[in-house]
Amino acid sequence: MSRMLHTIPILASKEIRDGMRNRWVAATILLLGTLALTLSFLGSAPTGELKVAALEVSVVSLTSLSMYLIPLIALMLSFDALVGEFEHGTMLLLLTYPVERWQIIAGKFLGHSAILLVAILIGYGTTLGILIYVNDGDTTGWQAYATMMASSLLLGCVFLAIGYLVSSLARERAVAIGAAVGTWLVLVVFYDLALLSALIIDEGKHISEGLFSTLMLANPADAYRLFNFTGFEQIGRLVGTSGVETGLIAPLVSMGVWVVVPFLLTVVRFHKREL
Amino acid sequence: MNNSHAIVLSSVNKRYDKATVVDNIDLQINTGESFVLIGHNGAGKTTLMKLMLGLTKPSAGKVKVLGEDPTSGSFSAKRRVLGYLPESVSFYHHMTGMELLSYYARLKGVAKSEVNKRLQQVGLLEAAGKRMHTYSKGMRQRLGLAQAILGTPELLFLDEPTTGLDPSLRRDFYQIIGDLRASGTTVVISSHSLNEIEEQADRIALIRSGKLVACGSLEDLSKQVGLPVRTRLTVATDQADRIAGQLEPHYQVEKVDDHTLDLVCPVDKKIAVLRHVADLGDSILDISMTAPRLDEIYLHFMSGEKP
Repeated sequence: MSRMLHTIPILASKEIRDGMRNRWVAATILLLGTLALTLSFLGSAPTGELKVAALEVSVVSLTSLSMYLIPLIALMLSFDALVGEFEHGTMLLLLTYPVERWQIIAGKFLGHSAILLVAILIGYGTTLGILIYVNDGDTTGWQAYATMMASSLLLGCVFLAIGYLVSSLARERAVAIGAAVGTWLVLVVFYDLALLSALIIDEGKHISEGLFSTLMLANPADAYRLFNFTGFEQIGRLVGTSGVETGLIAPLVSMGVWVVVPFLLTVVRFHKREL
Repeated sequence: MNNSHAIVLSSVNKRYDKATVVDNIDLQINTGESFVLIGHNGAGKTTLMKLMLGLTKPSAGKVKVLGEDPTSGSFSAKRRVLGYLPESVSFYHHMTGMELLSYYARLKGVAKSEVNKRLQQVGLLEAAGKRMHTYSKGMRQRLGLAQAILGTPELLFLDEPTTGLDPSLRRDFYQIIGDLRASGTTVVISSHSLNEIEEQADRIALIRSGKLVACGSLEDLSKQVGLPVRTRLTVATDQADRIAGQLEPHYQVEKVDDHTLDLVCPVDKKIAVLRHVADLGDSILDISMTAPRLDEIYLHFMSGEKP
């Protein structure tokens, strides 16, 4: 049992070292940090008139940014995880070691999550520090900002799990990357467009408010947005999402399910795969 | 399950789609023996090894390795005493030799101190700081052996281990494997380079189109085939014809030159030949005996199939 618990950190630390070596960590920190700073300062102009704290405005703009960017980063980290090792032939050897298949996925998940955690902490954390500093130490809204950071990590975990599922289903790396980008487009871009189109066409005949909330919650990226926009009253008022009242628990459950289900499906699929 | 058997295959079949790759094979590999799988490329040797390693499940039949089904979840712990060198081994390109071996050692729960020892043993200590993509085929193969023997495995699987190695590296390779055999490791080697493997084998299994064609020690196989033993006699000047005349009623005699005669006889007549020759006294200056080589046996069993 103790050896089993040792195995996952060994696998995870290899993923972290790989991430540091191939500059994934550095690139992600730089990307998140630069965009967060740019958006926060571009978006800070209206704060004076509306009397909204700078951090709260940043939560709104960073949530919109993260909703697109974090899933893409997570998918790029994970699409290769299994199919890449099969294609390179390294999985063959790894599976002859005292490692269970679910541990391989868990190790990669832990390692990739740690990379995302560091990137979010440094990239968004730096912006948080700078914003507090330039606003003369005003920390109003820090809770919403910290919650946004934590939920960004959860959103990242969702798309890591989806990426592993794609990686376990694809027979080739080239197919996996196509499927990963396709998944991102469907879940993050087209889903909202389709929902919006349906609303317009329906004109409120069939799609009730409840159904609309459910459909929003069913998508992990929308659940992430709802979580951040409806969780704090001040921010809800800022973006005007009072129409959809989901609270904090429902979006969290949705994202949790989106982590667990693809993860378990990956384990099942990986177990069936023969070499 | 007999404890003297490290591996037992019972009526094992493996099919991929409609192609039968392993066809109803029964096999027992004894603990501590060196067992060689011989066959053409595509005969099913690698699949047999994957079945023994639990990397693939049999379509029918049972595989037991160290008393357990190697595809079961509980077998994972037993993998600590397993070593495997795949044919054309692949490593993570960006890692150094040292990093790779340390990684595998941690996964196997082997002490870090053993990493240097194994690198030294395969002659890679100096190159240990270099990344994998700078390694030659031979270096990768040696690192492959180093990872396979981490923790001194009870059961070592080597799939075409010396392909692409020069003769001196092959010798070193077999020296290391010999040391492990001496310490009690059961070794399963697959190969199609016949004569180099002869000395490594306690028993040999010949595989053709997924079927076990023959299995036994080199001597057993020689007997089965009935290939003759060749005895070369060096005789005193002018004695060749006289001696040939004495031996001809008993054996097939071929005169090579005025000093040399070859006697050809079945394997079970070896001792009789020696006695007979000893009776000939001082006119025999030298004697050497050549048993059938594995390649002759191989050709016999594999005849009928194109390589």
